[in-house]
Order: sequence, then C-alpha cells, then structure tokens
Amino acid sequence: MTDASSRLRSRGQLLVAIGLAMLAVLLLIVALGPSIAPYSPSATSPNSLDGPTALHWLGTDSIGRDLLSRLIVGGRGTLMITFVAVALALAAGLVLGLLSGYVGGRVDLTIMRLLDVVFAFPVFLLAIAVVAALGPTVKNLILTIAVVYTPAMARVVRGPVLSVKRWDHVEAARSVGVGEFAIALRHVLPLVVSPILVQTSLILANTIFTVTALSFLGLGPPPPDPNWGSMLAEARQFMELAPLTVIGPAVAIVFASLTFIVLANGLREMLDVGSR
Amino acid sequence: MTGKPASLLEVRDLTATFHRDGAPSRVVNGISFDIAPGEAVGFVGESGSGKSVTARAVMRLAPEGSSIEWGGRIRFQGQELLSLTEREMRDVRGRRIAMVFQDPMASLNPVMSVGAQIDDMLVRHTGVSTRAARKRTVELLGLVGIRDPAIRADDFPHQFSGGMRQRVLIAISVSCQPDLLIADEPTTALDVTVQAQILRLLMRLRRELGMALMLITHDFGVIAGMVERVYVMHRGDIVESGEVDTLFAAPKHAYTQALLAAVPRIESTRRPA
Amino acid sequence: MTGAAPLLRVRDLSVTFPPRRGRPPVRAVDRVSFDIQPGQTVGLVGESGSGKTTTGRAILQLQPVTGGSVHLLGHQLTGMPRTELRKMRRHMQFVLQNPYSSLHPRMKVADILAEPLKVHGSVPPAQIPERVAELMTLVNMDPAVVKRYPHEFSGGQRQRIVIARALAVNPDFVVCDEPVSALDVRTQAQIVDLLHDLQAKLRLSYLFIAHDLAIVRAVAHRVAVMYGGRIVELGDADDVYDNPAHPYTRNLLEAVPVPDPARQRAKLADIAPDPQFRGRDGEQGPCVFGEDHAATGASEWHEVGPGHGVSCRFWPPGITPPGRP
Repeated sequence: MTDASSRLRSRGQLLVAIGLAMLAVLLLIVALGPSIAPYSPSATSPNSLDGPTALHWLGTDSIGRDLLSRLIVGGRGTLMITFVAVALALAAGLVLGLLSGYVGGRVDLTIMRLLDVVFAFPVFLLAIAVVAALGPTVKNLILTIAVVYTPAMARVVRGPVLSVKRWDHVEAARSVGVGEFAIALRHVLPLVVSPILVQTSLILANTIFTVTALSFLGLGPPPPDPNWGSMLAEARQFMELAPLTVIGPAVAIVFASLTFIVLANGLREMLDVGSR
Repeated sequence: MTGKPASLLEVRDLTATFHRDGAPSRVVNGISFDIAPGEAVGFVGESGSGKSVTARAVMRLAPEGSSIEWGGRIRFQGQELLSLTEREMRDVRGRRIAMVFQDPMASLNPVMSVGAQIDDMLVRHTGVSTRAARKRTVELLGLVGIRDPAIRADDFPHQFSGGMRQRVLIAISVSCQPDLLIADEPTTALDVTVQAQILRLLMRLRRELGMALMLITHDFGVIAGMVERVYVMHRGDIVESGEVDTLFAAPKHAYTQALLAAVPRIESTRRPA
Repeated sequence: MTGAAPLLRVRDLSVTFPPRRGRPPVRAVDRVSFDIQPGQTVGLVGESGSGKTTTGRAILQLQPVTGGSVHLLGHQLTGMPRTELRKMRRHMQFVLQNPYSSLHPRMKVADILAEPLKVHGSVPPAQIPERVAELMTLVNMDPAVVKRYPHEFSGGQRQRIVIARALAVNPDFVVCDEPVSALDVRTQAQIVDLLHDLQAKLRLSYLFIAHDLAIVRAVAHRVAVMYGGRIVELGDADDVYDNPAHPYTRNLLEAVPVPDPARQRAKLADIAPDPQFRGRDGEQGPCVFGEDHAATGASEWHEVGPGHGVSCRFWPPGITPPGRP
C-alpha cells in the first residue's frame, strides 16, 4: 500500500460518509413522505404562485398547492420508482452477469449478444419508446428502466467474475468437491461486490434523471400524484412569476443525483475499484 | 593477490526507512560493506532480509510506488551518491552502475524492439551516433549469446523466451561498460538449465569486461559458484560476512548455520521413511 | 512393491489443448503412464512447459483429458459422471503452489476448513469445530487462531492451512503442485518435514510436482522426469539421481547449483554446449537402444534397471545409453 493509495482511501471514506448522510435524507423522505409534509400535496390555498411565507415555506404553485409538501411527496414517488427499478436491474444483472462470466462459452456468447441488442440503443430513447408504447403507468416505468439498465449491470458483474473464476482458491474449492453453484456464490460473487456497488450508485444517479425526464415529458406516473419531473413541467410556464416553483424541484433532483455520484466516487476510491 | 585494492564501493551505516500509512518502518538497520574493483560479492538472505533494498540503495531506486528515506554513506569511486542530485544520479545509473532485475519482461519496453532499447541507452549515455550505436548493439547481443544478433535486434521482447530476455537485459546493462553490475535475483524466474547458462554468461562478462558484481539471491547454490565474498542478511542487518569458501565450510553465526542446514541437497540421501 | 495394487494408476494419459488464434493444437501431456503405491511419493520434475502441472490437474480431473485413463482405488476417474466424481474428490486432494492465492481472502480459517467437511458430510455439523481444531493441530498450528483471515498469516502458515484443508476429508492421495516454491528455504524445510510426518501418520500418497530437483529428492520414493509432455525417465529416486540414464535427466541434474563453492565453480566452468533434445516420433530405423519402433510397434520405453525405465525419445545425436556402444 502506498501513500497515494492510502490518501485516496481516506478521501473515499469521507466522501462515502457524506454520501450516506445525503442518502439518509432521501430515505427519510421515502419512508415518512406524507406524514412529514405540512399539507396534503393536493390541498389548495387561495394564494397561488405565492413566494415563501410563514405558512408556506417554499411558497405555492399555480393552483395554490404547498410547494414543500409537493416536493416531499413527489420525491417519494420519484425515489421509489428509482430504487425499485434499479433493484430489479441489479438482480437481473447479477444473475445474467454471473451466469455469463462464470459459465462462459456459448452461454456467455448468447447472453452478451442479447444484452448488446438492448445496449445498442440510447437508454433514454429506448425508455421513451417503450413507455410510449405500453402506456405511462408506474409499473411500466419501473420495468422499462430496469430493462434498459440491466445490460450495464450484467457487464459490470461479468468482467471481474471472468478474472476471479481463474483464481487459485476457486480451483482449490473445486478440487475439494464444492459444487459449481456454491463456488459461484461463495467463492466468486463475494469478491466482485466492490465494482458492483460503484456501478449501482452510478446507475441510481442516472435513473433519477431518467425518471424525472420521462415524467417531465408526461410519460411518468399520471397526475394528480406529484413527482419532481411533472412539477418541473407544470412550473415551467410560470418560471418568471415564481422562480421557486422551478428551483425547488430542480435542486431536489440535483441533490438526489449528487448523493449517488458522491457515493459512487467515494466507494471507488475507498474500495480501490478500477486500479486493477 | 597482495594488499587490498582501494574500494570501488564503500557503504557505511546504510539505513533505509519506508514511509507508508504515516508510520515509518526501517528495513535496513545501518549496515556497512565494501566492494573492490572487479570483485564479485554476494548478498544472501530470506525474503524481508533487506537484501534487495540494499541493492536498490546503491542505485538510489525506491521500490515502485513507495517513498523511502536513505541514511548513512554510499561512496562510489570516491563520490558520495546519497548527496548527488537526481540529475547527477541519472548519469551514474546505467553508465557506471547497472542493474539486472528478476523479471526481464517488466524491465523491457514491450512496444520497442530490443535493439532500439539498447541503441537508446548507448546514444543517451555515450553520445555516439545512432548508426554507431546499432553496430555496438549487434556486438552486445552477440556477446550475450544471442544467435543472429543483427536480425534479432529488430524483434520485440515478447518474441524472446524468458532466458533470452534476461540475456537482452544483461546486454543492456553492460552496454555502457559499467564498473559495477548489480544483479538482483537474476535467475530466480528461470528454469534450472537456463539459470546455469545465465550464470555462466555473467561469469564470462565479468571476466571479459572487468566489472565488479553485486549478486543478490536467496539461493546458496547460486551464490556459491559466483562470488568471492558473501554477506548474509537477516531482518535488515548483516549477520555474517566472509570469504565464500570459509563461510560455506564453517558458518559462524547461528542464523547462517540454520539457513545452510535447511538447503535441500541434490546429492544427499535423506530418504523419506 | 510389486504385488500390492497401486493406489493410483495412470495409463497413456494425454491432454491436447485446442488450437488457438491460428496456433496448432498443443499436446501438453503425451501418453504419460505411472503408478503410485499406497503411502508412497512420486516426484514429477521438469522445466516450465514440460506438462507437469497439466498432468497433475488432469489426474484430478480438473482438466479435460483427451486420452488414456486414470484409476484411483480401482475406480476409473476418466469419464466418470460429475456427481460420482464429486464423491471421489474425498479421496484425492490438491495443494497448490501459491499459499497467497489459494485461500479465499474473505473467509475465516474456520470456514475454509469446514467447507470440505460440509460438502462431503463427513462429520455431523455439531462436531465440525472439533474436527477443525484437530486439523489445525495436525499441521502444528494453534487451533485458537481459526477465527482469523488468511492475510493475517505468513506464507508458511498459510501453506499449513492449505494442507489442513486438503486433509480435512481424510484423503488417500494428494497432488502437491510446487507446494514450497513460494517459500523461504527454512520454511520449505518445515513444510517438507510436515508432509513427511503426515505421510507416516496417515499413510498418504503424494504426487509431488516441482521444478526444484533437490526438494524432490528430499520427499520422493520414485521420480518421473518430464520433457515435452512425456515422461523421459522413471525410477526409484536414488537410481534416477545417482545413475541418470536419459541425457535430458543428466543435463537437468548437472544444472542444479550446489551449495559448495569449489564444486559449484567447477560446474560453471564446464562449458559444454547445451545438447539439443529432439523428438523421434515416426522416425524409421533403430532407436538408441537398437530397436526399430516403426517396424515392431513396441513402446518407446526401455528398462535400464529394476523399476527404472527410460524413453528412447529426445536423445541428442551421438549420445548412447550407458552400457551400449
């Protein structure tokens, strides 16, 4: 271990700590959602497009709904979709990547070719096409995002599996009589978690953008449930009258993506991923 | 030989301290030794004994990616190496002191033909023209026993076997006729028959070029035939030194005795039950 | 030695690596045959690329075999169904060269040693900790340290753990592939002593693969010398080391440095050119032993003494077997 790498590690630890603190805020919003919002997100007040007041800390939107409450409840929707979709992509990517890398040969070839087909399309265009075709429901949105991010996940699992499966301890386990399934799960998978963690964080950051962008285009969960993307779309026309209605969701989106980018960079430096 | 010749290399109270993760750790604890011009001296010890770091100290090379602090004095041909600037030191390395490492592949540039690598060295250190350098390069490759040297000079490192690569590396190291050749485990990565060839080559070059040799190895068999004097290192200290025949016949230090006793002997009949 | 059924019988074992990137297929192991008796050690020596490691892996069925047979305890391993083979793994174990990479870095020693026990169900789960402690004692280590991870141990200690794992299921046969070449000389001697003790105590048979001929002499009852994928000489260790018959064996033994300055200097001063060892497959006319294999179809193997044979392949021109004109 050299000086430079130990410095990187402690910097990574700091970034991870910051990232985890930011993630805690996001998770609180998801967990508590409506119960910490001061108002119901659909309750209107007579003062529309109001600036910040003692009653409405961030002001109100065009039909007088409390902006802070809508940000909290809307964040819950956006983040839920993100987490579930990425969890599905992670699960599929793990299975496909491990199968592809560990079994190798024809299985590897087939899986990677199929994933290449998905991978060949720009993520966002593919998502628009699928959601537009199937209809903008929460379920479709989640499934689409899971599908478009599965190839990236599978690749990031497959790479290190290819090298770890050639390590001596794997041969040793095989010579002891451990079955192939157990070898893959116990002797290979635990040694490839670092790059997977980093990639998962990065994909979470991307997914936040994808979800909000789709909602912004009207392909997100249908109204009246608020989410950051549709809030941004609604507020756009009143941008000059009430800048907070735009700034609020924008800052929230940036904060959420930043959380995962900070986490990913921190993990990368802390776990020394990529210097292999 | 009567009267001891003046030292080529005179090392006094050499210390080496690694700095990693903030905590300094000393790997060489103030050792002193001499090498006379043309003399072959061996350093033998187990891993972690500090023998490789000692060799690198003379070249003032820190192991890859670490910071190291040297202490004491290293006088080479009357010049204090530890007080030279890095620039002045570069002039010493390769030209007056050369080094051969264990892994020849790692020491060669994979995308440059071996001939070009030797040419480079010659042009840089001796200032000859490229054409004159190539002539010398071919001579050198022939000298280290590579067949058809004029043709093979245009080959790349991966086109040579491990033993041939080590020959190339030795050709590079002796290209500027250094006064001291440091060989750090030069045959450890090689097969035993190839090892014998490389050892013979080093012996021959030493004789023909009149170089001093500092040989670092863990192998008592290798050291036995190659050097006149031996230093035995253990955890950063020299625990014993002496003429090679005396030291092998009657090791004084308990550590040397233990090491020699542990060496498996090909002619022994220590049979399994 | 004769009479007792061999524990391991290898006959005409061949491994061919398929062609790759335009290179022709490589016969890494070519018709290798030998036996190992119970409680005995066969040393397999050769230089890099001689096929010794591939032979070891092929015997353990960790490497697809292209020809020949391997019998362990009378069961044919070649072509055995996978589930049956996994059961047979209880009898044959593997100790690899690098004690740093052959242990799972994120598993505690206790789990590493328990794994083979669980796989083969050889002891009831409740008794696993007891058996793990017993194994640690067997390799002269303190059972109290089983809660540690591999990186907390020295190279020699790790190799002891590797050996303990190999012994967990009471095997009859262990393939040791360069088990001490990554270790310092004193640690080497300790591990060699440990392997001796374990052999005496447990009546183990070893296939000891190494490039270091001196180490092999210290452990092996019989020695096989490999060159170019073939065994060129096989016999009792004393016969092979003291009266090598094949020129390749002689060349190999001559090259080993000896820790004796006067003799080693004399060895290095000897500047005989290195002989060229050529193959003779399909060649017409009599071999160095005077037998025309193309005509008689007899094997290339020639007995030069009781239990001591040599191949007539790879003889440099002009060199004849001892005792022949």
